[in-house]
Amino acid sequence: MTDIATYNFAYLDEQTKRMIRRAILKGIAIPGYQVPFASREMPMPYGWGTGGVQVTASIIGPDDVLKVIDQGADDTTNAVSIRAFFRKVANVAVTTDTASATIIQTRHRIPEHPLAAGQVLVYQVPIPEPLRFLEPRETETRKMHALEEYGLMHVKLYEDIARHGRIATTYAYPVKVEGRYVMDPSPTPKFDNPKMNHSPALQLFGAGREKRIYALPPFTEVVSLDFEDHPFEVQTFDQPCALCAAKNVYLDEVILDDHGDHMFVCSDTDYCEKRRGDGHRGHLAPETDLAPETHSAPGNMEPAQ
Amino acid sequence: MDVAAQSIEGGFADPVFNAQAVFRAVMDAMACPGSVQTLPAFARPPSPLSITAGAVALTLCDNDTPLWLDPALQASAATGSWLGFHSGAPLANTPADAHFALVAKPAELMALDSFSQGTQDYPDRSTTLILQVGDLISGTPFLLEGPGIEITATIAPAQMPRHFVEQWRQNTERFPRGVDIILAAPDGIACLPRTTRIKTMEA
Repeated sequence: MTDIATYNFAYLDEQTKRMIRRAILKGIAIPGYQVPFASREMPMPYGWGTGGVQVTASIIGPDDVLKVIDQGADDTTNAVSIRAFFRKVANVAVTTDTASATIIQTRHRIPEHPLAAGQVLVYQVPIPEPLRFLEPRETETRKMHALEEYGLMHVKLYEDIARHGRIATTYAYPVKVEGRYVMDPSPTPKFDNPKMNHSPALQLFGAGREKRIYALPPFTEVVSLDFEDHPFEVQTFDQPCALCAAKNVYLDEVILDDHGDHMFVCSDTDYCEKRRGDGHRGHLAPETDLAPETHSAPGNMEPAQ
Repeated sequence: MDVAAQSIEGGFADPVFNAQAVFRAVMDAMACPGSVQTLPAFARPPSPLSITAGAVALTLCDNDTPLWLDPALQASAATGSWLGFHSGAPLANTPADAHFALVAKPAELMALDSFSQGTQDYPDRSTTLILQVGDLISGTPFLLEGPGIEITATIAPAQMPRHFVEQWRQNTERFPRGVDIILAAPDGIACLPRTTRIKTMEA
């Protein structure tokens, strides 16, 4: 066992980390601008968060506490495997508790629990270019960003209104950063867009296949694009979470059987478990949780070995 | 100690974790302009390169990043060979070629626009200046605003370049082009990314 070659701390070699660190600093200095970087092959396929993993690997240190979520859940395949990856290659403490994490790597959600100063949110981004589906040529989209020429995006939103009577974009909803760059917030539901504005946490975005890193420093203005007569609005739900009765959170639909029965539950599993631990009960929650003690604060914390 | 020994000694004792600690300090300082991130003495570069500036250089520079040294640092053979030995970074022929510029005497620095500003298409291709300052409290106080700052922040670095407030205003107006500055004081670092606006203290 001891003869097996060991990896460098956090898997990446030091030169790769330096290259990614330089890109992160440029991204922070130019909020919303996509910095090209020499993305490496990672021991997982593209689409599994290779960009986010490279960003996390370049910033993480032995004192960090890592949380990984996939669509809000700590217990789905992508989150479990990335958490296990960093436990293996960096031996850092991991947690499911949003408040006690120093780095949160996320696929397509922002936690419901408000983020604090000092925390870093790392997004896994599939297509970083918000204009890509409108203009496939990189040379052209780069020119559009350089000239701040974003009319095409407004035309797209206008065509939504012409066809559907409202802006039909529900995820990856484009935002304008500090009045300059139009940015793709990664495929988070537009419900999460207001959380990006003036967030006290640092937000880093990594796109491995597309080889781009971008960033939002804390307390940065992030405005969702809209029109005066069609203002931006988030999704609303007409019922609370079926398990914890939470309102004003983002809910997932869960199919219960083949008769069309379904329920809506919090997409943020940590938030939902905390609420149930505090005694909140939705209309489909069991009378007593099977193992409430494992969900009580401060979450499932596994210290570094 | 001869130049050969000076150029070899004084690198990071623990390269992986020292570089990570320095980077996190730089990242936090860049994300929260005006905040001072304290830093232990990880590197011992030959004078006149300071401990903090040397550690930042070892953390960020390698053979991909041409370095420009100001005349005070160029005059020291030991500094050049120490940086060469530990980082492998080539020296830039002109300031406009440099990815990073190390400046031991910021008060004598040439104009900020002599460095690479990046292009409108690739604003990231600009020089990052690492300025060695005596401290961050005894100079002219700057009131800072911009991304990363909740309301305002204040910093007062000593020995800043001439006409710095006016030069920085021009730098901010070039956005998204422009240089970023890492201020390396003996006990910590602070950053001025190109987005940060300086309001002078008088009303």
